[in-house]
Amino acid sequence: MKFWIAAALFFVAALAIALSGVNEYFFFAAYVVLTAVTLATAWNILGGYAGYVNFGPPAFFGIGAYTAVVLFKWLEAPLAAQIAAGAAMGGLLGFGVGLLTLRLRGIFFAIATVAVVFIMETLMINWRYVGGATGLQLLRPPVIAPFETYARMLFVVAAFMAIASVAIARYVQGSWIGRGLRALRDSEEAAEANGVPTLKLKLFACVTSGALMGAAGAPMPMYLSFIEPASTFNLSYTISALGGSIIGGMSHWLGPIIGALLLGSLQQIITVTISGEVNVLIVGVLLVLFVVLAPEGILGLFKRWLKASSR
Amino acid sequence: MAQSILEVRGVSKHFGGFTALSDVSIDIAPGERFGLIGPNGSGKTTLINCISGALRNDGGSIRFEGAEISALPAYRRTRKGIARSFQIPRPFHSMSVLDNLLVPYEYVAHLKESEAERQAMDILRRIGLAERAHAPSSELSQVELRKLELARAMAARPRLLISDEAMAGLSGSEVEEVLKILFDLNAQGITIIMIEHIMQAVMRFSQRVVCLDAGRIICEGAPGAIVKNADVQRAYLGA
Repeated sequence: MKFWIAAALFFVAALAIALSGVNEYFFFAAYVVLTAVTLATAWNILGGYAGYVNFGPPAFFGIGAYTAVVLFKWLEAPLAAQIAAGAAMGGLLGFGVGLLTLRLRGIFFAIATVAVVFIMETLMINWRYVGGATGLQLLRPPVIAPFETYARMLFVVAAFMAIASVAIARYVQGSWIGRGLRALRDSEEAAEANGVPTLKLKLFACVTSGALMGAAGAPMPMYLSFIEPASTFNLSYTISALGGSIIGGMSHWLGPIIGALLLGSLQQIITVTISGEVNVLIVGVLLVLFVVLAPEGILGLFKRWLKASSR
Repeated sequence: MAQSILEVRGVSKHFGGFTALSDVSIDIAPGERFGLIGPNGSGKTTLINCISGALRNDGGSIRFEGAEISALPAYRRTRKGIARSFQIPRPFHSMSVLDNLLVPYEYVAHLKESEAERQAMDILRRIGLAERAHAPSSELSQVELRKLELARAMAARPRLLISDEAMAGLSGSEVEEVLKILFDLNAQGITIIMIEHIMQAVMRFSQRVVCLDAGRIICEGAPGAIVKNADVQRAYLGA
């Protein structure tokens, strides 16, 4: 209940800000940060709960973005339909990646997901309809009332998707599915021996995670008014998804939110105040520090601190 | 003989060119206490992996309560009533002892959490782990881990329990403790297959013993006859 009140308050606040006179740049930046929250939360369903490290968020994000472009160019489909279709395609790709878990575990699964990114990028480079390697300029449709600009509307859409993905991750974590995923992360053999249908659960996690990442990618072409393979399938999305989860903590749905908000905001601030290159450097250093010093993320640090202070 | 609860017929298993099991046939009666012995690498664990579904047998058939199960994934076999403990304990190390037991309760018996917790605490009390119920399973000692393996297998409410070296590395009194638990379970009607290296324990426990060597059954019979068998002595002592 508390969760839904907080979620509703957050959404209303986002809506209020979007309708207020806040500087336009805020929406451009906040859109990126909120998308990072969605990506990290989605990534964590497979990577954190089930323990399958997926380096392929750009493939899922990209398939969502290109699905949206195709629908827009072909049918001038509205944004909601683009997002739904992006989620469907992301889920489908997730199903395929899920089948890989039949044979590949650990580092081998992770490497295979990197390959999926390159395959997707190569496909799009060679597809004329969506602009090939040079990309495609997109003309945004008129913005829907009551929003003044498209960026403001996309900001609210991103806020909604972040809430929806967190709600899904939270549900999965607390349900029997979450316990089964944790069991198979600890030992797949023991999980099977205790009645856990590991393949079904892994497929579920891959599809859910993939669908949410696909949905997150769908509004991107409209956000940029442009799409092009190199930046769409950029491994920086992997950093957002994986980094947010690692820095925040992977054992709880709160982790990716905290991590992605911090990392995303920091990246925006550094890019504006210093430079894009320094931004990449700082993110890299932060990741190394957390992996070495606080493998359980900020949540882990907080738990340790709680334990220490209760003594 | 009444209908077997488990019927293994001509089962073989190869790993590349290595034959781990060849033409193994075993019948186990409902309620039986069955011992499986053999030197290291003789195929005991491979056989129970084939029965529990962790591995698929290459040839032959495995029937449980009359139904062919050799094509079923492991989790379906557990739901049908075959539970096992692992030789090297495989706890769900990120969970508490109690939560470890909730997995089979949720996935096999489909119980509500409150009811599952009550029954899980029951098992933990019986097995002597109750005071560790909320401890993280990563902090357990070797004995406690072995007890957890058994407790978790019990929580799956099996009709056939396969205990894979549940007593390895335990002291004399701890072996007695585990033996008592297994006798109690058997008294409730659960058929038990015991794989064990501690001869004294397996011979006391089993009504019937099969000895494997290099993937073949070399001897089958009552415990007293097995220890006197020349093939068994040769397999173990290399004489």
